[in-house]
Amino acid sequence: MLRYLYANDLCRFPLLRDTMFRDRAEQFSKRLGWAVTVNDAGEERDEYDAMNPLYVIWEMADGRHGGSMRFLPTVGQTMVNDHFSHLTGGVTIESPLIWECTRFCLSPNADRRASAALALGAGELMSAFKLKHYVGVFDPRMERIYRLMGLEPEVIGTDGEGREKIGVGLWSMNDDAFAPTLKRVGVNRDVSRSWLRYSLAGKPMPDLGDSFAETA
Amino acid sequence: MKASLEQHLSSLQNATTLEDLQGVTEALRDHYKTSHVVYHWVNSIGERFGAGTYSPEWVDRYLEKDYLRLDPVIFGCFQRFTPVIWKELDWSSKPARAMLQDAMDHGLGNQGYTIPIRGPAGQFALFTLNTQAEDQDWHAFIDANARDLMILAHELNKKALEFEQWGDAATTPMLSPRELSAMTYLAKGMNRAQAAAEMTISEHTLRVYIESARHKLGALNTTHAVARALATGVIIV
Repeated sequence: MLRYLYANDLCRFPLLRDTMFRDRAEQFSKRLGWAVTVNDAGEERDEYDAMNPLYVIWEMADGRHGGSMRFLPTVGQTMVNDHFSHLTGGVTIESPLIWECTRFCLSPNADRRASAALALGAGELMSAFKLKHYVGVFDPRMERIYRLMGLEPEVIGTDGEGREKIGVGLWSMNDDAFAPTLKRVGVNRDVSRSWLRYSLAGKPMPDLGDSFAETA
Repeated sequence: MKASLEQHLSSLQNATTLEDLQGVTEALRDHYKTSHVVYHWVNSIGERFGAGTYSPEWVDRYLEKDYLRLDPVIFGCFQRFTPVIWKELDWSSKPARAMLQDAMDHGLGNQGYTIPIRGPAGQFALFTLNTQAEDQDWHAFIDANARDLMILAHELNKKALEFEQWGDAATTPMLSPRELSAMTYLAKGMNRAQAAAEMTISEHTLRVYIESARHKLGALNTTHAVARALATGVIIV
């Protein structure tokens, strides 16, 4: 199932949390070779994880991390504004209706629903909070994966070459994108909406939604 | 309706005292035909301020009963940035339900919507609408007004920060050259496709620049943003 968790709620899901930060180390440090910090426990974290961001996390049947991404509103500190404004035409992107999406990560063990589920999560947040845009920092080598998810970023700027290359992109999701994404995740819109609602309220999901999700 | 919301936004931007802010919350309550509109914030050194239409009796009662410690709205908003519809919060505990009953006995409605805002250096604020309504009507109201309410919440917070001397609203908003170009082309009557072509950027990128400029100009929508950019002299056409 999808969970929408603020950093300070992660303590309620220790396995999910630990596997997420380890999978991030695997993806960003080992696989993509980004200059990120990995601690002794093999977890990748940065200063934005300390700002109580909102994570969208695909939890697999065994309770482990299948994929995740991290959101912060652009009215506060963001990676794009702090480090990449030379890639946005010098514009400090700032609005409560534009969120930054970073650290898009898939577990090496991700099930086939993981990437579609993350696209769905991004769409649900945009729909629930009437957001206009996402802006994000991404590795151009991931573009193919985004495209497969139906979440192709519109690249507004790139920097560096080869392994060092990094991009800033824009995403948005319209209502038409929901139907195919829901189908790939295997849930209906009510279940998807309740994942968001129950996660943020910190309440357990009612049985109905869960059983549908797992059998779909 | 939109025109008058722009007027309320403008009185908010011209506010210089807490009393002015109080007036704005009352005007917004009347505008939205809700029972209450409340904005309160805690500054970076932990002092509390507020403006709003709750009765002084309810405010005193809330403090006296120390409801802050058990209020599901506070738990649902603390250190977050996603708005909450009150009914979706966890009211399962007996004390929480008793608090809600007490609130309703003090003139609050059964429905609420609260937008949390995280400012710099630990400053945070809550902007709340409260009213008596059926669930479906309240959801429809939120659905229709969520963006405007988010904009109002952030304009209220800009004012609070100005009072805290974090910023100065009297100065003209700082727009980057690209944002200024976007606003100038729109002010000249170009549509978005034309402006984007002129700037050799995609329309999507242009929309992001416009949205960012809208926020910095303290406007409700693009038309209003162009008007404010012209009125404040940020752009000249």
